[in-house]
Amino acid sequence: MSEVFGIPLQALLSQLLIGLVNGSFYAMLSLGLAVIFGLLNIINFSHGALYMMGAYGAWMGLTYLGLNYWVCLLLAPLAVGLVGVVIERTMLQRLYKLDHLYGLLLTFGLALIIEGLYRQAYGVSGQPYPVPELLKGATNLGFMFLPNYRAWVLVASLAVCFATWYVIERTKLGAYLRAGTENPRLVQAFGVNVPLMVTLTYGFGVALAGFAGVLASPIIQVNPLMGSNLIIVVFAVVVIGGMGSIMGAIVTGLGLGLIEGLTKVFYPELSATVVFIIMAIVLLVRPAGLFGREK
Amino acid sequence: MNNTQKVFIALGVLGLAGPLLKDIVYPVFLMNVLCFALFACAFNLLLGFTGLLSFGHAAYFGFAAYVTGHACKEWGLTPELGVLAGTLVAAGLGFVIGSLAIRRAGIYLAMITLAMSQLVFFVCLQAKFTGGEDGIQGIPRGKFLGLVDLTDNVSLYYFVFGVFVLGFALIYRTIHSPFGQILKSIRENEPRAISLGYDADKFKLVAFVLSAALSGMAGSTKSLVNQLASLADVHWHMSGEVVLMTLLGGMGTVFGPIVGALTVKGLEHYLAEQGSWVTIVTGAIFVVCVLAFRRGIVGELAALFKR
Repeated sequence: MSEVFGIPLQALLSQLLIGLVNGSFYAMLSLGLAVIFGLLNIINFSHGALYMMGAYGAWMGLTYLGLNYWVCLLLAPLAVGLVGVVIERTMLQRLYKLDHLYGLLLTFGLALIIEGLYRQAYGVSGQPYPVPELLKGATNLGFMFLPNYRAWVLVASLAVCFATWYVIERTKLGAYLRAGTENPRLVQAFGVNVPLMVTLTYGFGVALAGFAGVLASPIIQVNPLMGSNLIIVVFAVVVIGGMGSIMGAIVTGLGLGLIEGLTKVFYPELSATVVFIIMAIVLLVRPAGLFGREK
Repeated sequence: MNNTQKVFIALGVLGLAGPLLKDIVYPVFLMNVLCFALFACAFNLLLGFTGLLSFGHAAYFGFAAYVTGHACKEWGLTPELGVLAGTLVAAGLGFVIGSLAIRRAGIYLAMITLAMSQLVFFVCLQAKFTGGEDGIQGIPRGKFLGLVDLTDNVSLYYFVFGVFVLGFALIYRTIHSPFGQILKSIRENEPRAISLGYDADKFKLVAFVLSAALSGMAGSTKSLVNQLASLADVHWHMSGEVVLMTLLGGMGTVFGPIVGALTVKGLEHYLAEQGSWVTIVTGAIFVVCVLAFRRGIVGELAALFKR
């Protein structure tokens, strides 16, 4: 058995894979946060709660309606997106003229409500969600066993991330979006329905979180606190990457997942805090973040 | 006599008479309210008067509680020295986190402080002296100056009240000093304050450290009252709670955070047996405050009296 710095290669690779899978969740969530922040200037604190709703959507779909994983992978993000649209239309819309901090406070309150309601209904213990039949088992790559489901998570989230990047950076719709980020009033004057675009952007951003939640449900126990534990790390990821670029959010998310995985192998005590320590270092060296622009 | 003086006298009398109300309110509850009122006032110094939203104030509050708990239990320090130790450590922590956080503004600052307080949370979870999941239990209340036994709730109440008055007086002096005026000018228009020759970052940092130190003082005192320092005090829920107290009471008002602390703590006290409803109601108050009630209770009352 080959070893790297005294760590069996097998263990190292499987931790790296777990790191990459976590990183793809960071990437999807920070991507959603960045897209929302770009147009709405709001940091969506309820992102974690909506991610949790996505996971529960999959679990509820299976438990109450007998819907399989693949149907839920489509329906749950749509449902979460719809919740997002309602939140934006009824509440967030009233805050755009105010200090950005109010958006943070409102979505924090919403996160507490959502989390509390789920805790009231399902308690804090996790609900197991089975891996779909098609993706059970593992593939022998010769040097390691690759669990099929984790491979799927990696592929699916990367595909979604790059599709989002493509739409925003390479299509006409994305051009409107980027223009709206720079100067919404001018874009409105050109005849683009900016309020609708804002609503749909928020809906899309939180649907990404819902999608990540469904993907995560077979890996971790579905429980009401899964979102709030994750969202703080994602905030640190966003500070490290800076919210200026879509690709930046994806790369930073994956990179930090990898680093976290490596830390688990070499110095497990630090694995929970390494992202925050990196954030502190980045703030000292490059306050705007790795991909950010000073405003 | 103007309105502010009247409120001062009313609050002072009410505060001094606290132990007489022991048939109506539980004294430990009152002491907790005082600790949280000081915490919220310290937080308000930063949010209401400097315009910085920190989402990680639980770090100073909770970590100071651990320091005081450890100092009083393991080293046998007297309570006033224990509180002093907690306050100083919180000030140091505030200096480190504050120096990092003020490198960014607005929502970034909120995210950075939240992330750093999560770092403190994990340190508290893993460090030896904090007792991990158990926390530090059975912290001795000790004897004030080695003379007055604080195991008696009435003496402890006056100790806590004294700490509160000290902290509140310091905050009151700060916001009414030239230094406080500069903080307000930074809140209103930072570039202009800078162009007038003020080093905005330095002022922000001093406000940050002061706020952290007083939050620590509140946390230290609370650890003596409940004889417990636990992970709940460093958790981000606590950071959210102090934001809520300040927002609900009225940010940028002198008395708002006190009213907010009393309301939130009272609510939690009566909802304690309802499980998750505390969280749901807390969240709902946040939403209502932001959408319809941004001046808070005291802010709205003040506007009513002015008309």
